[in-house]
Amino acid sequence: MVKKVITGNYASSYGAKLAKAQVIAAYPITPQTSVVEKIAEFVASGEMEAQYIKVESEHSAMAACITASQTGARTFTATSAHGLTLMHEMLIWASGARTPVVMTNVNRAMAPPWSVWADHLDSVAQRDTGWIQYYCESNQEVLDTIIMAYKVGESRDVLLPSFLTLDAFYLSHTYETVDIPEQDEVDEFLPRFDPPYKFDVEDPHLFGSLSFPHQFYMEWRYQISLSMAKAREKILEIEAEFKKTFGRSHGGLLDEYRCDDAEVVLIAAGTMASTIREVIDQYRDNGEKVGLARLRVFRPFPVNEVRELAKRAKVIGVLDRSYSFGYGGAFFAETAGALYNSPDEPVIKNYVVGIGGRDVTPSTVSGILDNALSLKEKGLDREIEWIELKEGGD
Amino acid sequence: MFKGYKDLPVVPMTWDTTMVNMTGGWRTYKPILDPEKCNKCYICWKFCPEAAIDVDDELKEVPIIDYDHCKGCAICANECPKEAIEMVDESIED
Repeated sequence: MVKKVITGNYASSYGAKLAKAQVIAAYPITPQTSVVEKIAEFVASGEMEAQYIKVESEHSAMAACITASQTGARTFTATSAHGLTLMHEMLIWASGARTPVVMTNVNRAMAPPWSVWADHLDSVAQRDTGWIQYYCESNQEVLDTIIMAYKVGESRDVLLPSFLTLDAFYLSHTYETVDIPEQDEVDEFLPRFDPPYKFDVEDPHLFGSLSFPHQFYMEWRYQISLSMAKAREKILEIEAEFKKTFGRSHGGLLDEYRCDDAEVVLIAAGTMASTIREVIDQYRDNGEKVGLARLRVFRPFPVNEVRELAKRAKVIGVLDRSYSFGYGGAFFAETAGALYNSPDEPVIKNYVVGIGGRDVTPSTVSGILDNALSLKEKGLDREIEWIELKEGGD
Repeated sequence: MFKGYKDLPVVPMTWDTTMVNMTGGWRTYKPILDPEKCNKCYICWKFCPEAAIDVDDELKEVPIIDYDHCKGCAICANECPKEAIEMVDESIED
């Protein structure tokens, strides 16, 4: 094991290298570009044996990954914001074709107006594409999640693509100490990709051809739903195995911090979780029973974990770094949806924060916690609130 | 062959090649090749987007149109330098 001080983007590159990704599709976009640039260096120097394909768009990047995956190759690409959303069609193709592509997405706001800063709309908007979605909090988690994501996605009972996200600049360009595991340990943990069916000139089949309404389109979609449900336990199983080998884990689907006796719990994803942890500690020092449940995996949604949380918490505040125009942030809507058929009824409030990279500071979190604590007695004030919004006017 | 989600292969695929799809039924206009006009240049074979025109290995015979798979796009008729392929309305022919 070697410790290196690297950015979140480089942690992605090292993750792809350690996972021995065989086909890399590369298309630049800020703030992702250094992920594929570093991989280009690895390939050029011979440190990494991979086909490095410079494609003409992100749509093509995903098409290249899908088809390479269908030949039995392990594939990797990285993107951000407009790149991810340009891939949208191919994302749905990847899950439909059951290709376990792994991708890094640097969470960046969508234009207009142009913004290259942290915001979760790009990935949250891919909710229904059939991809497993991991939201990372540290550079170490980025590297580790790539290795685990291949193992989860390539397992025969999952066979689905995954992306992990890291907040623009907070992780993508911030240097942190990262343990780089030994190659032979990773090789032992992550065997070669062995798909049940692949392109083979000796044994040709039609892949992804027409399926009429009376045939099996619906059943193939149902199979994806079963596999996505299976991914819930697979993610936990593989993470336990990862911990045994590498001595680290990152909290499963819903990473709980001081939640055991918490009356007020904040649900949040990405790097703001680190700030929230600090503020939770301060409030705990003052005797307030508050906790954090970091949404590490958004798809599949941790329904059971959220329901367990609701048994104990009186107030759940859901922080969304994106907004679904028309009704609430997606994390809020999913949390509330998961709890509707559950007997426990905590107050659930949506705090919309950090849009377009606006900093979520300790004082931002304090404001949210103070409000959430007040809801214990008075009940819900507003269902959805945009935090630290500049009002202007008179 | 398959009955439902429990026995379907996990990847959406068929056990056969594309030859089993009889796409000739999609056709409205049928290409008819006049062997008298054909100079065996095989341009029609090169241009057919469905590989629905067959030629013999020795390249001696006129091409044969595979009507089980020809969708009637008329690219062959358009490309033929000898105007040896005529597109015939199948509804009238019947």
